[in-house]
Amino acid sequence: MTSAMEIYQLLPKTNCKECGESTCMAFGVALLSGSRKFTECPPLMKEEKYIDSKQKLEEILKPLEGAHETGLIIHDELCSGCGNCVVACPVDVANDPHSSGRGFGPSNDKVIFRVVDGKVKAANIKECRRFGKDKILCRACIDPCPTEAIEFV
Amino acid sequence: MTEMVTWTCTGCALLCEDIQVRVDNNRIEQVEHACLKGKARIFGCKHVAVPAVNGAGVSIDDAINEAARILKGAKNPLLYGWSNSTSEAQMAGIELARTLGGVLDSTSSFCQGITINEIIKGTIPSCTLEEVREQADVMIFWGANPMSSHPRHLSRYSYFPRGELRQRGYEEDRTAISIDVWQSRTAKICKDKFYRIPPGGDAEFMRGLMDGLSGRVPKLSFDFDVKRILELAAVLKKAEFGVIFAGLGLVYSMKEDFGLLSEFMDTLNRFSNYSLIPMAGHFNMRGFNQNLYDETGYIYRVKFVDGKAASGVEFSVVEQIKHGADAVLVVGSDPLASLPASISRRLKDIPVILIDPCMNLTSQVADVTIPCSTSGIEVGGTAVRMDGKSMEISPLVQGVNMSDEMVIKRIIEEVG
Ligand code: SF4
Ligand code: SF4
Ligand code: SF4
Ligand code: SF4
Repeated sequence: MTSAMEIYQLLPKTNCKECGESTCMAFGVALLSGSRKFTECPPLMKEEKYIDSKQKLEEILKPLEGAHETGLIIHDELCSGCGNCVVACPVDVANDPHSSGRGFGPSNDKVIFRVVDGKVKAANIKECRRFGKDKILCRACIDPCPTEAIEFV
Repeated sequence: MTEMVTWTCTGCALLCEDIQVRVDNNRIEQVEHACLKGKARIFGCKHVAVPAVNGAGVSIDDAINEAARILKGAKNPLLYGWSNSTSEAQMAGIELARTLGGVLDSTSSFCQGITINEIIKGTIPSCTLEEVREQADVMIFWGANPMSSHPRHLSRYSYFPRGELRQRGYEEDRTAISIDVWQSRTAKICKDKFYRIPPGGDAEFMRGLMDGLSGRVPKLSFDFDVKRILELAAVLKKAEFGVIFAGLGLVYSMKEDFGLLSEFMDTLNRFSNYSLIPMAGHFNMRGFNQNLYDETGYIYRVKFVDGKAASGVEFSVVEQIKHGADAVLVVGSDPLASLPASISRRLKDIPVILIDPCMNLTSQVADVTIPCSTSGIEVGGTAVRMDGKSMEISPLVQGVNMSDEMVIKRIIEEVG
């Protein structure tokens, strides 16, 4: 799992404040939470010597995209498209009981998980049981995944 | 013109029939619900095969004529492969073998053939995957790792879906058990119901379980917590609808003593209702066994003499390639990759004809290459799912090659 420390190591570590944060570490935390983008660090973008770090950052931050609000991350490269998460997620079962809940591919757009071109894609993440006012620590997509492709940060 | 097509996947013998494919002007654009393995199948070969004789490009007609010439001249031709072909192509293959007086065998020869034989003959009880989904509460993946071989097995049928009698889903209503020599992806899902046995220990573990079921204390030559076996026996006894998914790991280690497996099933069925489903790999492996059985009474390893079939281990692909066959027709298979090198080496010394949409390792030793369309993508037909259910498969796009069925029928015309 990507940590703020790991991200910090790849930033310029000069605490120049150009990004508007007081330290590089604070900027790193904001990157992890998804509230900022690495392109908002001017030195990183401009200076030659940070080219490698910039590339690495781009790689490790990529899976975080689209997961901002809830912290759900799907490691695309690990997913085998088995559909276990599609069928196990209680939101999918509730919103599509006759297809997803019975093992078929989803029949409507109200589900969280759907396998497209062999990889799972997430949508409607706001419906996830981990959020909202009655939130619970649901693991119904994490535990059934054979490749540990699903993670919450 | 873009259209959404409902499609049956031929990526493995699960034949998932709920796939949605977006096709635009004879091009496959996107596939939904298929696993990565199915997606790889649908998007086709890495290297497409082209008609060739002795490495030189020829017309398809010349390739077919040369294949016919070789087969006609052979005293003991072997026709092998068949698990990646529709039933229609398999039937044409049976006819060709009969016409030539040749030997016919399929990949099931060193795979699930032996299990399928017992099921077709009725010595081992089986059931459908739909029954598994609606009713099964206890399942054993024995020497099987569907999370890799049949990725949607657990999500479509065996473990995760809610079924008529299993409304509360996998957490409360189903127990998945893995018995294997290593902790596979499937074993991980089974959590504390994973029983690791030493390689080749299947038969002994099975006897131990039978002891446990019959109230005797199991004795094992290897180190294993007897309490865990007794616990497992108790779980198995309590099942309402149990299924054994027999993988290659189990089949290989039962080879010497296959009677034990039916004994095990009988014992289980004294306590509850148990079935066995063979984890057939290629999409129509079981179809070949069924079709040949319907035609000859044998499921594989057949030689035709004067139109009549005989079967025996001497007609297995392994024995035939070792000694016997003086020409080999390979259809939709890659023996150079799948057979032990000590055996497949001999393919370099005898004429090999390969009918396949793609280049594979065997292409390197093939004297004649005849490209054909990909079954289930460019040509439709019938296939038999791992549980014996017959399924219609339909083509998605138009290909440039003729089907393997057509190629074989053309060869029959030439040799007949
Ligand atoms: S702009 Fe970049 S280098 Fe400056 S403080 Fe922010 S993260 Fe650090
Ligand atoms: S945590 Fe639970 S509700 Fe949220 S996506 Fe995963 S399975 Fe669905
Ligand atoms: S369970 Fe894991 S591997 Fe399977 S589809 Fe979901 S993310 Fe992919
Ligand atoms: S499990 Fe098998 S049949 Fe189903 S989508 Fe995957 S490869 Fe195709």
